[in-house]
Amino acid sequence: MDKKIAFMKGNEALAEAALRAGMTGYFGYPITPQTEVIEYLCKEAPKYPKFTVLQAESEVSSINMVYGAAAAGGRIMTTTSSPGFSLMQEGISYIACADIPCVIANVQRGGPGLGTIQPSQGDYFQSVKGGGHGDYKLIVFAPNSVQEVVDYTYNAFDLANKWMCPILILSDGAIGQMMEKVILPEPIPARTAEEMRDEKPWATNGKGKRTKRNIITSLNIQSDAMERRNNELQEKYRRIEGEEVRYETYKADDAEILITAYGLSSRVCKKAVDIAREQGLKIGLVRPITLWPFPTKVIDEFASKPNVKFFMDVEMNVGQMIEDVKLVVNGRKPVYFYGRTGGILATAEEILEQIKAKM
Amino acid sequence: MKEGYTLVYKRPDTLLKTRMHYCPGCFHSILHKLIMEVVEEMGIQNDVIGVSPVGCSVFAYDYMDVDFQEAAHGRACAVATGIKRTLPNHPVFTYQGDGDLAAIGLAETMHACNRGEKFSIFFVNNAIYGMTGGQMAPTTLEGQITTTSPYGRDPKNVGYPMKMAEMVSQLPGVAYCERVCLNNPANVRKAKKSIRKCFEIQAQNLGTTFLEVVSNCPTNWRLSPIKTLDFVENNMLKYYPLGVKKDVTATEEK
Repeated sequence: MDKKIAFMKGNEALAEAALRAGMTGYFGYPITPQTEVIEYLCKEAPKYPKFTVLQAESEVSSINMVYGAAAAGGRIMTTTSSPGFSLMQEGISYIACADIPCVIANVQRGGPGLGTIQPSQGDYFQSVKGGGHGDYKLIVFAPNSVQEVVDYTYNAFDLANKWMCPILILSDGAIGQMMEKVILPEPIPARTAEEMRDEKPWATNGKGKRTKRNIITSLNIQSDAMERRNNELQEKYRRIEGEEVRYETYKADDAEILITAYGLSSRVCKKAVDIAREQGLKIGLVRPITLWPFPTKVIDEFASKPNVKFFMDVEMNVGQMIEDVKLVVNGRKPVYFYGRTGGILATAEEILEQIKAKM
Repeated sequence: MKEGYTLVYKRPDTLLKTRMHYCPGCFHSILHKLIMEVVEEMGIQNDVIGVSPVGCSVFAYDYMDVDFQEAAHGRACAVATGIKRTLPNHPVFTYQGDGDLAAIGLAETMHACNRGEKFSIFFVNNAIYGMTGGQMAPTTLEGQITTTSPYGRDPKNVGYPMKMAEMVSQLPGVAYCERVCLNNPANVRKAKKSIRKCFEIQAQNLGTTFLEVVSNCPTNWRLSPIKTLDFVENNMLKYYPLGVKKDVTATEEK
């Protein structure tokens, strides 16, 4: 096995990318529209003798299995969809506080409540603002194609190890379900037990030859210890903000109107930009790829440009990322919003119409 | 050791020389010591991984000199599942109280046992929430007074005390299940043998090993440590009978 070109469903490509990244364990619970991930892994598992896949009794359980397995030194992933992601929040908070690297994918569906199984971007707040209790962050990638799902998932395991924190792949029901051509990266050989011990000297994998025991905990009951832990986390987050911001701009250099959109919405917005350009309208796109750390600098630069008239934020929710855009723009330019919910994806024409109405 | 003396007892090296936070007379310290004695006697202290719960024993890792992970409330069996599936050749155990294992973590407990996860569960049943200050537990006895059952537990309103060892023993994934107690020296010695049995059966990959340890709570039972022993004998053990509930190795021997 090496690099391979395939025509794959987003969810299956995500699973395949994780296997190729040397994932050693997956724990998950079926939920539409991401169930193909665990189905694919159960089918492929026999080919990977060092890989373990387990269907948990709930998302509450699967995220805590991830906590145990990742603390023990494995390269571990779970996937879910929005209601399941809500259930995982407590566990994610523990994992973040204990500095445990792992990968989580949320193939979003519409809410609130049981909502709909149709695609949505309703979990921006939950993904970017913390979600669970306490002050913590996840590095959040918002792919907008099956290829990007593959690339970000494949790299997420090493990035999680680098920063000792959970990485979130924030996809949605449409990207999860659609089929596209993908280039699958070369498989990373599974690590031996010794390599795992060397790579993660902090892991709770038995004292072995260590002189001191390892303890994984998120409990810091003394006030000064808890504040110290918070300060350490915040310091790490500032470093991540300095190094890991990723974004894409599209026909934005001379734009007078800037669309901000991520994930699935950004693809439709690209088409809206193309149509606008054909009509001679100077519209461009700023697309955050990492939702946290947020691409503050680039949005700030556009907000300062005299020729930029306004921003139009487009999401598949009722306005979540717009809060971060507004924080950066800070009143210098108007920031308008257009979003659809219930699994309805705005068309390029619809978005353009909304922009024209503000011109 | 002085010349001419025979060593009959020593503190296990695996039990750290730290002052414990447990209340005077609480059985937790005895159980910590027994587990660490067995770990040391079996020579598995460099392999074993423990999982502590939320409850009085949340700081179990402060006392046992082995690798340890602290789980969220009720999730010890899920965390242990993750550890054991990642490191199948390492002995793994959870240490959980009645609120953790039988209330908020009941699903994790039952499903881990049902899957026959190859780790050992040490379940401390003292019929009350200790750390939060004496609230009703799933295992609180009928009529027992707690801060949330101030007129005594009324089963018609809040259900009956749960017999976890009996429930768990019904699951095919469980290889060994016993209820022990630490209320007198004979029972302490028996409990130690059972702890060893759990680790031995775990090493044979036969299934989940579950040890319910009937315990006490001098502070929240509002009894002196000595009087808790009477309460254990006269009340707890009447409802929670001691003994082996399941042993697949015994069946094999027949």
